[in-house]
Amino acid sequence: MENASHRYKEFYVKDFVISALMENCLGFNFSTRNDLHGNKCGGGGVMLWRGNLMEKLNQQEFSFLSYGRELKKPLHLLELLKRTTIHGESNSALIIGPRGSGKTMLLNHVLKELMEVKQVRENLLQVHLNGLLQTNDKIALKEITRQLQMENVVGDKVFGSFAENLAFLLEALKKGDRDSSCPVLFILDEFDLFVHHKNQTLLYNLFDISQSAQTPVTVIGITCRQDILELLEKRVKSRFSHRQIYLMNSFDFKQYLRIFKEQLYLPAEFVYKPFVQKWNKNVQSLSEDRTVQDVLQNHFHCSKDLRSLHMLLMLALSSITVSHPFMTGSDLLEASKLCRMDSKANIVHGLSVLEICLIIAMKHLNDVYEGEPFNFQMVYNEFQKFIQRKAHSMYNFEKPVVMKAFEHLLQLELIKPIEGLPVRAQREYLLMKLLLDNNQIMDALQVYPNCPTDVKQWATSSLSWL
Amino acid sequence: MNTRQQCKRIYSWVGRAKSSDQQLKTFQYRGILIKSERSLTEMCVLLGEFVLVEGENADQPFVAKLLKLYEDGSQEKHAVVQWFSRITELPLNKRKLLQREVSPQEIFLDKAPGYDTDINVETIIKNVKVIPLAPEEAVPVRSNGKQIFFVKESWDGKCFKPLSPGLLSELKEAEKNKKVGSPSPLTDCQVFPSDFICSLKAETDRVTRSTVKTKNIQMEIESRHSASKSSLSKERHSQRVANGINTPGARKKLQLNSPSKSRNKLTGCDVLELLGDDCDALEPSATKRKVTFTKILGSPPKISRTSGESDSPLAIRGDWSKLAETVRIAPYRRGQDSSPKAKNLDGKDDDTCLAEEQELMTRSPVVIPRSHRKCVQKTTALIAEQLHFLNISEQDREDDYLPSTDCSDSSSSEEEESMMPCTPKRKMRSSTTLSTPKSLRKPSDIISAKTPRKTPEPRTPKTPRNATPRIPIRNQATEKPANVLEEARLRLHVSTIPGSLPCREEEFQDIYNFVESKLIDGTGGCMYISGVPGTGKTVTVHEVIRCLQQAAENDELPSFQFIEINGMKLTDPHQAYVQILQLLTGQKVTATHAAELLAKLFSTPGPKRKTTVLIVDELDLLWTRKQDVMYNLFDWPTQKQAKLIILAIANTMDLPERIMMNRVASRLGLTRMSFQPYTYKQLQQIISSRLNHIKAFEEDAIQLVSRKVAALSGDARRCLDICRRSTEICEFSSQKSASGLVSMAHVMKAIDEMFSSPYINSIRNASLHEQMFLKAIIAEFRRSGLEEATVQQIYHQHVALCRIEGLQIPTVSEIMAICSRLGACRLLLVESNNKYLHVRVRLNISHDDVMYALKQE
Repeated sequence: MENASHRYKEFYVKDFVISALMENCLGFNFSTRNDLHGNKCGGGGVMLWRGNLMEKLNQQEFSFLSYGRELKKPLHLLELLKRTTIHGESNSALIIGPRGSGKTMLLNHVLKELMEVKQVRENLLQVHLNGLLQTNDKIALKEITRQLQMENVVGDKVFGSFAENLAFLLEALKKGDRDSSCPVLFILDEFDLFVHHKNQTLLYNLFDISQSAQTPVTVIGITCRQDILELLEKRVKSRFSHRQIYLMNSFDFKQYLRIFKEQLYLPAEFVYKPFVQKWNKNVQSLSEDRTVQDVLQNHFHCSKDLRSLHMLLMLALSSITVSHPFMTGSDLLEASKLCRMDSKANIVHGLSVLEICLIIAMKHLNDVYEGEPFNFQMVYNEFQKFIQRKAHSMYNFEKPVVMKAFEHLLQLELIKPIEGLPVRAQREYLLMKLLLDNNQIMDALQVYPNCPTDVKQWATSSLSWL
Repeated sequence: MNTRQQCKRIYSWVGRAKSSDQQLKTFQYRGILIKSERSLTEMCVLLGEFVLVEGENADQPFVAKLLKLYEDGSQEKHAVVQWFSRITELPLNKRKLLQREVSPQEIFLDKAPGYDTDINVETIIKNVKVIPLAPEEAVPVRSNGKQIFFVKESWDGKCFKPLSPGLLSELKEAEKNKKVGSPSPLTDCQVFPSDFICSLKAETDRVTRSTVKTKNIQMEIESRHSASKSSLSKERHSQRVANGINTPGARKKLQLNSPSKSRNKLTGCDVLELLGDDCDALEPSATKRKVTFTKILGSPPKISRTSGESDSPLAIRGDWSKLAETVRIAPYRRGQDSSPKAKNLDGKDDDTCLAEEQELMTRSPVVIPRSHRKCVQKTTALIAEQLHFLNISEQDREDDYLPSTDCSDSSSSEEEESMMPCTPKRKMRSSTTLSTPKSLRKPSDIISAKTPRKTPEPRTPKTPRNATPRIPIRNQATEKPANVLEEARLRLHVSTIPGSLPCREEEFQDIYNFVESKLIDGTGGCMYISGVPGTGKTVTVHEVIRCLQQAAENDELPSFQFIEINGMKLTDPHQAYVQILQLLTGQKVTATHAAELLAKLFSTPGPKRKTTVLIVDELDLLWTRKQDVMYNLFDWPTQKQAKLIILAIANTMDLPERIMMNRVASRLGLTRMSFQPYTYKQLQQIISSRLNHIKAFEEDAIQLVSRKVAALSGDARRCLDICRRSTEICEFSSQKSASGLVSMAHVMKAIDEMFSSPYINSIRNASLHEQMFLKAIIAEFRRSGLEEATVQQIYHQHVALCRIEGLQIPTVSEIMAICSRLGACRLLLVESNNKYLHVRVRLNISHDDVMYALKQE
């Protein structure tokens, strides 16, 4: 009985987030039970390594260099920061790369390494800003002042007006010099958002300090926009040193496969040694499996972003239970399906037959009028034609009911009213657009449970009046 | 001080014209009557008397002697004066010549040429007392009369000389005459030996006046002020009585102090004579008291005085603990203070008590030479008791003191304390000053900032107004460059200011000549300097100023004041006023008030005003819709008295025509200069002059950099940055190259790194479907002939392409994800709304680039 309840839970907890949350409690329960597989390892072990792997994926705490990237980039950045702290040289640099290409990770990796040098640890002051948090210069200045623990900070509050804060900060930075004052490292995450601040005052001043004999500062910007330099104002641009570190996902599929394996390998120092071996062997064989490679190849073709790989593995991992301790190709396939799921088509699955009919009517209208917007009345007429033809099999809904179904589609955002037109028009005559593509509709109909054949026929026929 | 500024004065002559000059149509007068409109008081200033004259800093008016009063043909009242200078008015580098501490009330007979001695009578504020001293006399510390100065030496612009005997006697004579015949009663003054502290003066002054009740006309305002102060002190006094604690020790001390001698009516000269005896007579009683106090302070005065300098950014952290220590003393003192008064008060009404207390006060600040420290040992027992006290009262008073009193504030009051004669009252005061960090202390000593303010409500939020801006000091010293490349990198950093500025000699000379001529003429003017970024505008102007300052130091030019604002460093154009005023006078006011003050400053005839050189960097950012900031800036130099030279810097040459209204552009004038972008030869010269014979670059490499940059922008910053980067690249690969010099290859690599477009590379590194999507976009554009398509259209193309290539067809969600990823990189421009499939997409790069990038595969 107890077992069944757990099974149920395991089944239910498909979603990895929930499973991650319930991890501890389940793991605890299983560990009290006998071993199912005759292994020395109990169920607790299974859950433990699952947790371990998930943690690994979540924290992305794998060796940075395992990426197969050029070694030069971290080295360049490391040297740059070292020179700032040890020689007091001011610098500025931008780290640019698409989302998920490891910009922040690169920086964190370098900072971690940097902090191991005693000389650096004792001298460097860090200021972390994020364009999403510091949405204007006023907030950004307060935050800088707070993080530097200047003298106009009491507790966590910064006193003074915007102008005073700016003057104060500039004065402080101006008073410092290369030899005596602590170097300050400014890290501006989402750098592109700082560009939109008024006059780019903050950027101008930071870059100006980095180019004049004041307190040594290094300004590191992190952004995913390739056109970032064009956004800088000419004076700001001139003061920026034009050091750009581009990060790309430049690995090919072989490296991708290696990363996949490295992600899944359990560390040798894991508690259940015999199991580690088995698991790792399984991972190796997985990576050679044809279906797995196909799944991964498709995933790789779609996006090289490693975060999406993590997502895939996370979903696959969550299907592991005590009774199913090793990952299989079908797990990955399942996970991949979950990942690739089309969200709008999914919504269509949950619609009533009437609503499906309306969508098919809209599809036909789109085909006839080549994507021109439609209104309720047109859809209703189309639907009526269909009903009249198939009167024997379809129930004739009244107009208000059809209207209700139409509004439900509106709420689900499967259709959308056209912008820029007066809203005062009668509901029936509001112009709408369908947010589904024909392919999506057809795919959804294929899997729609208990779809009347007439409706299917109507949908597939290219001529609406048949 | 504001009272003086706001209150209008009416000037009229005393008596009839003494003589007249028919040719010049001038009438000379014997004196002038100044009538204050507000307070309805009058004062009379006669020839030969000393007066205060309005200057740019309202807190520090100029001192001058009235030589001549006349009215010219146009009915304007003029005065001819002999200037006296305060120490703060003298150039910093010349102050060292004195080789002694100068008390703030010492002034110097100013014989330096260049100051206009003919002033408008309306700038005279009131008369003031100046006491001449023989060279051997020490400058007494006057405790009274904020308006007393001492003159001992003269200053002729180059060196200090003692006053000649003739002049001295003349001045003394004038002084005596005044004493006899002057209609305005002089303030009483008491003079104490010089190791006394001036900081006391405010207190004593207040007390003296309120006791003696002199109807001092000039002091009307101040005395009213003091009246309120004394009532306030009365209040606090009774408070103290309420929670006062009696110490036997203190009571004893009070008795020691009993021999009373009223010295209120002493005049300055009398004091000088009496000085010696007085000190001796009072010493014994004072000594003991002082000693106990010093001990409590815990740090010898010398130490605390050093910490008075902690304004400097290099202040040692240790100071803080010391400060905190002294601060903590305050509560104790208060507790102790209350005792004598508590005793005094018994059975007496407030008034009499106050009088007595005040009498005590005037007497008590008596000589306490520090040398008497040996007495400390005798009073150890007493100290132990007091220390015990400290612990108790500290808890009581915790609310009152704020631990984070700002640096300058606490240090200055500490300075007071360290030199403080220990009147009970005095000690209490210092504790109050300490606990009001809000009160912004003016640097002036004439108007005492030590007037007791309201005691703060307990637990007022501490606003660290006077916090010193500074960055912590690094723990370990910076490393010196270890090899040639590092040395080169250091020299090539933009921040390094080279000894000479190559390639801008002409511009330098033009600006120098402009400012120099204006300085010599004592007039004002504007100059507009334009040029694209990185052409050396700011650095050249700074170099000019540096040279001019050097020249002024060597007395080749009249000295001038240099201030600088930067439009980019202001949060709002109107903040320019605030910054200028603060840099000029140190006042901190709001923008509108600052504008008024500045307008007044530059429009009123300012005697003795130095020329001001103002650099306005990034001028275009001072633009407002009404253009009032720009208008004012350029209007001031046109005023006759302003003596303001403005060097405005901006990027565009046609800025005046483009964004300025006609009236602003007209005031800016036609003195323009434009900095051309550097040519490759100039850049080459800049690099080699910076390197200064360090062999780090191959000649060709330098030339390559210069040519590249000159072709692109002519921005010297870019040029230096590329050089710096190439040294790094060279260092990394130096194992391979034999010469160890930066070669062409390194430079090429650096240039590539900095200027190569990232787009091609990022397309090549995109995933297959992302590339496919770009192809689909181009296909769709070709099909429709438009440069814009919806995602739905592209999706259909994409599906078709996938079918051809035999790839798995991505779902719409995946396509949307791909689209937004490319949009985030700005390879695509994606409409930002929730139209889902109907979102419109454009390419951010040319078709050819995309095709080129994709073809390589």
